[in-house]
Amino acid sequence: MTQLLQDKDRIFTNLFGHHDAGLEGAKQRGCWNGTKEILEQGRDWIIDNMKASGLRGRGGAGFPTGLKWSFMPKEVGARPHYLVVNADESEPGTCKDREIMRHDPHLLIEGCLIASFAMQAHACYIYLRGEYVTERLALERAVKEAYEAKLIGDKNIHGWPFHVYIHHGAGAYICGEETALLESLEGKKGQPRMKPPFPANAGLYGCPTTVNNVESIAVAGTILRRGAEWFASFGRERNVGTKIFSISGHVNKPCNVEEAMSIPMRALIETHAGGVRGGWDNLKAVIPGGSSVSLLPKHICDDVLMDFDALQAHKSGLGTAAVIVMDMSTDVVKAIARISYFYRHESCGQCTPCREGTGWMWRVLERMSRGESEISEIDMLLDVAGQVEGHTICALGDAAAWPVQGLIRHFRGEIESRINNYRAGKPVFVSQVAAE
Amino acid sequence: MSVRRLAKQQPDSFTFNAKSEKEIAFWLGKYPEARKASAVIPLLWIVQKQEGWVSEPALRVVAERLEMPYIRVYEVVTFYTMFNLAPVGEHLIQVCGTTPCMLRGSEALIKVCKSRIGEAGEISGDGKFTWVEVECMGACANGPMFQLANKDGDHYVEDLDAAKFEQILDDLAAGKDIKYGPQSERNASEPHGTKVLTDPALYDGSRAKKIKLPNTGKAEAKS
Repeated sequence: MTQLLQDKDRIFTNLFGHHDAGLEGAKQRGCWNGTKEILEQGRDWIIDNMKASGLRGRGGAGFPTGLKWSFMPKEVGARPHYLVVNADESEPGTCKDREIMRHDPHLLIEGCLIASFAMQAHACYIYLRGEYVTERLALERAVKEAYEAKLIGDKNIHGWPFHVYIHHGAGAYICGEETALLESLEGKKGQPRMKPPFPANAGLYGCPTTVNNVESIAVAGTILRRGAEWFASFGRERNVGTKIFSISGHVNKPCNVEEAMSIPMRALIETHAGGVRGGWDNLKAVIPGGSSVSLLPKHICDDVLMDFDALQAHKSGLGTAAVIVMDMSTDVVKAIARISYFYRHESCGQCTPCREGTGWMWRVLERMSRGESEISEIDMLLDVAGQVEGHTICALGDAAAWPVQGLIRHFRGEIESRINNYRAGKPVFVSQVAAE
Repeated sequence: MSVRRLAKQQPDSFTFNAKSEKEIAFWLGKYPEARKASAVIPLLWIVQKQEGWVSEPALRVVAERLEMPYIRVYEVVTFYTMFNLAPVGEHLIQVCGTTPCMLRGSEALIKVCKSRIGEAGEISGDGKFTWVEVECMGACANGPMFQLANKDGDHYVEDLDAAKFEQILDDLAAGKDIKYGPQSERNASEPHGTKVLTDPALYDGSRAKKIKLPNTGKAEAKS
C-alpha cells in the first residue's frame, strides 16, 4: 500500500487558492515563522541543512540545491552577489510555479531572503514569463506587503539588507534556460551563453549569481523550520522530499497536487487526478516530466515510480514532474509532432543543429503522422535527432531530440503501420474510441 | 525559431502618456542606473499596453530612453513573441495549441476562431477580434484555455470547450463582462472535490506559534 502524503506534511498549504494569499494569511499558515532565528544560525548552517535535506532542484535538471548554493564565492569581492529566481515556467505540461506565485507568494519571498542571506546577496530578481500577468501582480502585491511589514528592505527586522525585484519576459521558452534568462534580464535577446564561466562566477551583470527554480526556493523556509530529516523522510534515497506534480491530458481531473517523491505514477494519477479517462486500461502513454522527456508506454507506467532515478532508468526523466497523460484515443505521432512544432517555434536560432534540426524533425514527423513517408525515414529521423542532441550550447537541442527518440523507441510499430496503411489506401489512423 | 518583422505601415511618431511615464519610473527603479537596458522588455510592454502594439517610432523612443542602440531594441522586439508588431483587434485571443491543451481539445477552439474571426493574426471585419495560436501558456491542468488581452488587462480563461468558448466570444462581441479563470466549478487547478488540504489544523493559527528550530544545538546535532 502506498503511503500518501498527509496534509500536515504539505508545504504549499494554499496551493489551491482557497485561503488568503496575503501576508496575514501566510503567517497564519506558518510562513515567516522563525525566519530571524534561521538567519541567526548563520550561512554555513543554512547551506549544510539544505544539503542534508537532499533537496534537488525542482526546475527540471535536479541538481542538489544546497550544493549549488555552496558554489558561490565565500567572500564578497568588488562585484555584488545576486540571486535570480527562474519563474519562466514554460515547459509544456508544467503549471506548478504559477500556483505558488499567486497563492503562496510569501513562501517564495521568505525563501528568497534565506537563500540570498546564505549566498551573501542583497538583491534578488524574480524573472516571470510575460504571460503570467496575474501572477506577476499577485507577487508585486506580496512584495509590497513584505516591504511594509519590514520583512525585507534596507532596514528590516531580519537584519540583512535585502531587496526583491520582479521582472518579466515576453514569450520566449528559451529564457527558462538559466544563461538565456540572464541575457534577457540584462535587456538582450534570450540566447544562452557558453559555460564556463558558470553563473556562480560570472552571471547577472558579470557578477556571481545563482539561478534557482521557484519551487526550490519556496520550500527552503519550511525545510529549515521543520528540519532536514523531515524533508528527507519522504521518497527514496537521492530522490527525497515533497514535490508538486502537474497532471494534465486525458485524466478525469487534471490538477496540481503536492505529493511525496517516489509515489507510483499509477497511484498519483488515480488518487488525485481522478484516474485515466475510461480507466487505467484505456491508457496509451504518459510523458512523465514535461514535454522534453521521453514518453512511456502503458506497461512501464503500470509500476514506475515518480522520481529522478526510476524514470531515468527507463530513459525518461522526472523533469518538472509535469505528467501528460494520453489515453487510447490519442494520435501519439501527432502529439509528439506538436511537441516538435513547439521546439521549432522556440529554438533561439543560435546553434545550427537546433535551428535547422527542430524544423526538420517537425516536418518529417508531420508527414509521418499522415503516413506520407518511407519506412527508412524512421531511422533517418533517429539519426538526425542524435545529431541535434548534445551538439548545441544549451539543452534545448536535447529537449527537442528526446521526445522524438522516445516516440520511435516505443511506438515504431505504430509509425510503420501508418506508412503501410497510407500505401495500401487504408485510413492512416483510426482513433481507438471512434472505432468502438 | 520564429521570424518576425515590423509592419509595413508605421505611424510618424510615438510619445508615452502620463500613465505610462509613471510605470516607467516604477520599472527603472528596479535596476542599477548603469544597467537600465534591463528595463527594455518592461518598457516595450508598456508601449504595447498604451497603443495595443509596438511601432517603429516607439522602438526609437525606448532606445533613447534606455540609452541603447536602436538595433538592440529591434532585436528584442522581434525575438520575443508577445510583442504585437502590427495593430490587433480590440480583444486579442491567444489560444494555447501545445500538446497538453491539444489533448484536451484546443483544436476545437481553433476551429471556432477560424470560422468566427478569420485567419490567424488578422483583425476581424468589425475590428473586435484578432486570434493567434500560441505555445504553452503554463496552465496545462486547466486546458484548453486562451489568454485574453484587451483594455482590461491580460487574463487567462480556462477549462473550456467549444460551446463555452463560443459563448465567451458572443459576450465579448456584445460588450459584456466575462468571467476570467476556470469556466468550471473549480477555483484554480485543484482536483474538484478533493480531500487534499482540508485539515483544519493547517489554518487555525497553530503554525504561527513560536517554534524551536531543529538541528540547532550541539546535543541535537545529527548523529
